[in-house]
Amino acid sequence: MRQINTEEITDTVEKICIDANYNLGDDLVVSLQNALNNEESPLGKEVIVQILQNAEIGKNEQVPVCQDTGFAVVFIEIGQEVIIEGQSLQEAINEGVRRGYKNGYLRKSIVKNPLDRVNTGDNTPAAIHTDIVPGDKLKITFIAKGGGCENMSRTAMLTPAQGRDGVIDFVVNTVKNAGANPCPPIIVGVGLGGTFEYATLLSKKAILRPVGSHNNDSNTANLEADLLEGINKLGIGPQGFGGKVTALAVHVETYPCHIASLPVAVNIECHSHRPKTIMI
Amino acid sequence: MTEYINLKTPLNDSDVERLEAGDKVRISGILYTARDAAHKRLVEMIESGNDLPFDLKGQLIYYVGPTPARPGQEIGSAGPTTSYRMDTYTPTFIKMGLKGTIGKGGRSEEVIEAMKEYKAVYLAAVGGAAALIAKRIKKVRIIAFEDLGPEAIRELEVENFPTIVVNDTKGNDLYKTGSGKYKVPS
Repeated sequence: MRQINTEEITDTVEKICIDANYNLGDDLVVSLQNALNNEESPLGKEVIVQILQNAEIGKNEQVPVCQDTGFAVVFIEIGQEVIIEGQSLQEAINEGVRRGYKNGYLRKSIVKNPLDRVNTGDNTPAAIHTDIVPGDKLKITFIAKGGGCENMSRTAMLTPAQGRDGVIDFVVNTVKNAGANPCPPIIVGVGLGGTFEYATLLSKKAILRPVGSHNNDSNTANLEADLLEGINKLGIGPQGFGGKVTALAVHVETYPCHIASLPVAVNIECHSHRPKTIMI
Repeated sequence: MTEYINLKTPLNDSDVERLEAGDKVRISGILYTARDAAHKRLVEMIESGNDLPFDLKGQLIYYVGPTPARPGQEIGSAGPTTSYRMDTYTPTFIKMGLKGTIGKGGRSEEVIEAMKEYKAVYLAAVGGAAALIAKRIKKVRIIAFEDLGPEAIRELEVENFPTIVVNDTKGNDLYKTGSGKYKVPS
């Protein structure tokens, strides 16, 4: 067994909150550069240039790339040979978020009660997803999830008869209805199968894959390609001003499902895509 | 590439009537920030007959909740938030003389109608370009609802703040014409 102290987890979470909000990933930047080449609309091109300039400023001046520094979503994979010592894992993660959002001058965007809407003042609590996996490592993935794009996400319980075409219709229509709201060019995460809650979790995991990567299963990879094509025919374009590049990528993750069901969840992610992973 | 139209706030009817959907506009002068929680409070103040923290006449509201400024910084990152959440409140402000709003994403029919009737425009700033946009903000002063933190009302002094006209006073909509131009029939 390997012992990991929660103080190390807190330090790691603090660090990745800040890193994710200042420094966009190389996979995203390359994808945006490709989008600049593929975009035909002059205004669309101009928008992508500004997004790339903004990414440079974030990196060079160490400031948040977007003012919405997000809901802190933390995925933690705990090797089953790891013993966590110290305080509770949940509190250790929240303390890391608290420190990261304070010390990194990140915006505090969480209200304690959905109806009273009083700000918690420190961007906690995080949304924490825990998985137990083989091994003696601890993998922490943080994503700053903006509210604007999260609001455009949808889930549907389709019938098995609706099949592949039904899935394509639902995903493309979700993006169409979102229009300019979620800050296109977007990344589309699709969770297909499982149960009602499992599909949405899969859709969020899907956006965490490297931008533009393909599913290992060739049928699913083909579905991703067809969805991307369908979405980019909508003409929404960068910021909704019209153009060829509405989505940078579509990632689909699947899971077995009930004989009666075809759950599909669409998690929309803005171009300010800010995940970071650290392995302890 | 079309050139920028330069505007200085406060604005009058003729300033906004000459703008057309798709025009690029650079704004200098004052912008007032307000988003969800501040809108709710402003409308409650109007309904209870109280004076607002600023005079809406001729002004522009920018939908933004900036990140905290570091020591020595005037403001943190400050890009637009999605506008439709303010749609239920906006017509009231437009009727009171507000000349425009700045945000991102589409507006309701009610807001578009109010803009036509009372001469106001809806401008988009580039969502997610928050660090770049912040460079156009020269001075910041909180004028109301400080307890709301990022949602407090701020008076921003801006120079050449870049926007694009989405909805003009004639009912044109850049989101509709723009996507129509690049849509591929399937």
